[in-house]
Amino acid sequence: MIRRLSLCVIGLLVATGARADWAINMPRGVSELSAETYDLHMMVFNWCVGIAVVVFGAMIFAIVRHRKSRGVTPAKFSHSMSAEVTWTIIPIIILLIMAVPAAETMIRIEDSREPDLTVVVTGYQWKWHYTYQGENVGFYSTLARSSSEARHKGAGIDPATVENYLLDVDKPLVVPKGAKVRVLLTSNDVIHSWWVPDLSIKKDAIPGFMNETWFQAEQTGVFRGQCAELCGIDHAYMPVVVQVVEPGEFRAWMDAERQPPAAAATIGSTSGTR
Amino acid sequence: MSTAVADIETHDHHGPEKGLRRWLFATNHKDIGTMYLVFSLVMLFVGGTMAMVIRSELLSPGLQFVNPDFFNQMTTMHALVMIFGAIMPAFVGLANWMVPLMIGAPDMALPRMNNLSFWILPFAFTILLSTLFMAGGAPAGGWTMYPPLVLQTGDAFPFLIFSIHLMGLSSIMGAINIIVTIINMRAPDMSLLKMPMFVWSWLITAYLLIAVMPVLAGAVTMLLTDQFFGTSFFLAAGGGDPVMYQHIFWFFGHPEVYIMILPAFGVVSEIIPTFARKPLFGHDSMVYAISAIAFLSFIVWAHHMFTVGMPLTGQLFFMFATMLIAVPTGVKIFNWTATMWRGAMTFETPMLFALAFLFLFTIGGFSGVMTAIVPADIQYQDSYFVVAHFHYVLVPGALFAILGAVYYWLPKWTGRRYDEKLGQIHFWLTAIFVNVTFFPMHFLGLAGMPRRIPDYATQFSDWNFVASIGAFGFGLSQLLFVYIVISCMRGRGEPATAEVWDHPKGLEWTVPSPAPYHTFEEPPRIPSAQTFS
Repeated sequence: MIRRLSLCVIGLLVATGARADWAINMPRGVSELSAETYDLHMMVFNWCVGIAVVVFGAMIFAIVRHRKSRGVTPAKFSHSMSAEVTWTIIPIIILLIMAVPAAETMIRIEDSREPDLTVVVTGYQWKWHYTYQGENVGFYSTLARSSSEARHKGAGIDPATVENYLLDVDKPLVVPKGAKVRVLLTSNDVIHSWWVPDLSIKKDAIPGFMNETWFQAEQTGVFRGQCAELCGIDHAYMPVVVQVVEPGEFRAWMDAERQPPAAAATIGSTSGTR
Repeated sequence: MSTAVADIETHDHHGPEKGLRRWLFATNHKDIGTMYLVFSLVMLFVGGTMAMVIRSELLSPGLQFVNPDFFNQMTTMHALVMIFGAIMPAFVGLANWMVPLMIGAPDMALPRMNNLSFWILPFAFTILLSTLFMAGGAPAGGWTMYPPLVLQTGDAFPFLIFSIHLMGLSSIMGAINIIVTIINMRAPDMSLLKMPMFVWSWLITAYLLIAVMPVLAGAVTMLLTDQFFGTSFFLAAGGGDPVMYQHIFWFFGHPEVYIMILPAFGVVSEIIPTFARKPLFGHDSMVYAISAIAFLSFIVWAHHMFTVGMPLTGQLFFMFATMLIAVPTGVKIFNWTATMWRGAMTFETPMLFALAFLFLFTIGGFSGVMTAIVPADIQYQDSYFVVAHFHYVLVPGALFAILGAVYYWLPKWTGRRYDEKLGQIHFWLTAIFVNVTFFPMHFLGLAGMPRRIPDYATQFSDWNFVASIGAFGFGLSQLLFVYIVISCMRGRGEPATAEVWDHPKGLEWTVPSPAPYHTFEEPPRIPSAQTFS
């Protein structure tokens, strides 16, 4: 069962590993909120492009037409109340058009009530620890050995040959598809930040405090991110990997994880203590 | 105004002291202004060298040149040197040179304090840069110095705090001097609303400095006592809160952003009317817009912290307040466009830098509006998108305004016209490479690359390569600038007339070029209907 699952994981890693290079935009992601965030991002971007066309258009027109080499005489005007009122009011209206949907999404993002599953994420210099609340399951998630070997100066390994260089861990966080997963974040040392672009969440893990966020993945797959808050020497080397699986598969995985540490060790995972 | 010129020449009875004493004991605003500008140019190259180290390491994935710790030292020091060593002193230098000349004052109001506020800076930066050679290396926790990470700094820690204190002292003294000068020493007929825009922008900037530099000093002092005197302001284990530091820091940090951009607004408002041969559109509304931006800068700090976990209402407030900044900023952009409209423009180097400022600062403004949208900002926060955003407002924003200002007033300072052809080449190289460097960073951030990392996943390789090539080009292009400036300082090039440009407005153009050592010993008389922008 475990072997089949790990094969399945490897298959997924290969399938989702290679994202197109020269990427220029935010991923649409795999949750309702990530799609909503993407749409907001595109809406504001499009407004900016529209405004840019008008404003840059006017500037370029002036640069081309109102130049001394064309023999023009400069006009004398230096103020116009109506123009100034217009270009104060119109931006306010545009900003309101942007602010309303942004606020609506914000309200949904902050609503972490009635979760199906709660995971406590603890940041360490430089790895993550995951605990499934109410289950007897918890483990560390550290940079995969393949990346770890290639990352040093003079390692002699071309990063391009390493699968998911710097974005792979020994043991990912596993969650079921469609479940509302509440994430509680804290840290053991300095401030870290838990970021998974495809799930559209980024939240700081702050020592001594508990932060809260949530996600609900609508697709299975492996989703990769990184620590986003500078946390010391190995800040670049503590990736976040979330594996979304079918609910049945998740239950099987959870049952396997609940076995005593000795049994878990035989499948090569690095189960931590709770 | 020709009578004023004659007056100045007859009063020019004592010149500068000879040798090192001239600079060490300088009280003349022009000498101190020159020292500020030269110092900031040196710091631009020090910070720029650090940027070259960063971009070399990021040229391709894997670690090639430095280890991660040194990389973090470079990002931290690059920011501190560029902000406190290059951009801020450059604007203070411009203020020292130009504010007395623009308001018709003989000198700054407090010349000895002026000397002190400059001479603190070389010491502050000697201390800061010396940390590179200390046990544990230079500070590597980011220029924002967030605890608890910054408390892991080695021997450099107290030196970091002390150098920040010194920079703060220097800035506060500089700001007091500028305010006292502007309020008390204007030519008799120059009412506040007749003041040139550069002077206005500096008046408001100086108030911002006085308001927030003590806040930064307080924040770093609390770090110091947390480290050495057993307090726990920011340590949760002792009942403190690391996030409180971020609130205090950004209460300084956001006005600081405007401290670096408002004088740039002032410079652009001087350059565009001169080369459009048309008065500045909406002078008074420009003043109100700067004031509005300055006010708003105090109530938007938490938009730097949208991922730290704040109450919903707090996030919404900071989102709305931040978006509001777009309104007065928009007014400024539109007014500059209206100034150009139906003018008779020529495109000398200062104008080219001002126009590039207009386009590229606006791009930085757009990404600013995008980052105000909290749900999207949760994705942008701490990614390269933010790096692209603030470099667009600080490099083609603040730095381009400084370069434009130097080209604009260099003939007045040195009495020589710079080589226009070389100036234009410098402009085009700079303007092209700045975009090659920073535009791809938007893409990197959106694709998911965090900031402040020495190595990255391989899908980020292509755009990082492009950005690094752009950065090398940008850095090399600035050597041309140094050559152009040094040529003028050495007295090469065509002699400049008093007006330099085509009938520019403003008192600084009524004195000869180079400006005599002492100017406006008698307050100038101003034609009644004239405003100076």
